Amino acid sequence: MENKSFKVKVGLAEMLKGGVIMDVTNVEQAKIAEDAGAAAVMALERIPSDIRTYGGIARMSDPEMILKIKEAVSIPVMAKCRIGHFAEAQILEEIGVDFIDESEVLTPADEENHIWKYDFKVPFVCGCREIGEALRRIGEGAAMMRTKGEAGTGDIVEAVRHMRSVNRGIRKLQMMNNDELMSEAKRLGAPISVIKEVAAKGKLPVPNFAAGGIATPADASLMMQLGAESVFVGSGIFKSEDPKSRAEAIVKAVTYYNDPKVLLEVSTGLKDAMVGMPAKSLPEEEKLAKRGW
Amino acid sequence: MLTIGILGIQGAYFKHKEILESLSVKSVIVKYSQQLNDIDGLIIPGGETTAFSKQLDHEITFDNLQKFAKTKHTFGTCAGIIVQGKGINNKKVLQLEVLNVTIERNAYGSQIESFIDNIDLKFDDSKKPFQAIFIRAPKIIQVGNDIKVLATLDGKPVLVENKLHLGTTFHPELTDDFRIHKYFIEKVKSRN
Repeated sequence: MENKSFKVKVGLAEMLKGGVIMDVTNVEQAKIAEDAGAAAVMALERIPSDIRTYGGIARMSDPEMILKIKEAVSIPVMAKCRIGHFAEAQILEEIGVDFIDESEVLTPADEENHIWKYDFKVPFVCGCREIGEALRRIGEGAAMMRTKGEAGTGDIVEAVRHMRSVNRGIRKLQMMNNDELMSEAKRLGAPISVIKEVAAKGKLPVPNFAAGGIATPADASLMMQLGAESVFVGSGIFKSEDPKSRAEAIVKAVTYYNDPKVLLEVSTGLKDAMVGMPAKSLPEEEKLAKRGW
Repeated sequence: MLTIGILGIQGAYFKHKEILESLSVKSVIVKYSQQLNDIDGLIIPGGETTAFSKQLDHEITFDNLQKFAKTKHTFGTCAGIIVQGKGINNKKVLQLEVLNVTIERNAYGSQIESFIDNIDLKFDDSKKPFQAIFIRAPKIIQVGNDIKVLATLDGKPVLVENKLHLGTTFHPELTDDFRIHKYFIEKVKSRN
């Protein structure tokens, strides 16, 4: 039964491939996202760059705003809960969201454990920086991964680092023989069953999307060419000067990620991107990507 | 040699490509109108119909797609059958109206209502059940006279065809059972 329901969870992740999942904070933004061709929306009270400015504790959003967004659009609606906060996840499941993001963008509720995601009928997506973290989350039942990047910065550098790291980790596993895989499982702190599956297939058992810092059509194309199967765009759209045009351009850039002619067209004449901040300028303790164990 | 295209705007198009490759059928991901000239049939995959519709504007247009579908074969799965069918009253969702079925989107509810169930394929005498995966699935609420129902769930059609087109409300591309894909290939072959 566990496997059967896991198949249904990963199935939805498969349907979201080749698309853009956009952070939205109200009904108006959700409609702009849907009209622009988003594959799904992430409903949250404050987008990551505002969470940074605002400070304080970032928690699950008010169910009322999530419900309003669910009513306003026909595409899948995702919402975030804090790492390890399974009670928030239970509430989100009760609302009927289509995917839960157990997200480092919110303030963690547990600094040792993540949610045991097999306990839920709703699928989960989790962030990762490298292969070990990805495989631990999949071991807990995550049906989709996303590389973390550094949310709210508009700086693509961490997203690139994490995507390259995960893919390098996969290639490394492919080169190892069975006796080496067990010690690698120990080193990575990840389940041997999942490690063997990745070594055999040369890819994660669930789709892997990119997140954290995507602000332009070129950023989206870069992540797709590096192996992302879809992209999450958080602050990049609604912190830009003309969100509607930018949203449409990023959607197009994901579909035609390897066609420079289309990329040139959609990149031309867009108003200003989000201002952003270099991820390097952040003090270590303010880096969201470090949350997750 | 037969070439099958798979509409590659958004969604699970690579899953279909993997199956066609396993069946040694030549396939191509279709993102441009001119590619339609070189294929014998087109698979419209699962994904989001609003996302598909938005992008049928330039590189590949709705008009070209409809022109193709009026004379050539298509096979739609989930979002795909919505595109083939008719009756969605939403200007964000473009429909080709080549399959005479009226569709209701997300008819079972949100993702927690998604499910797997066994169905019988009427074209297959083996009587082996087919594991059908329904994900935020649509329902066929009305079928026209020219429609043949090839599988049902709780008495309602979930796999239908007419002379040129084949459509499912579930996701055969997510299983290792290739019978429905094979049926489509044979359908394309027999009319070429």
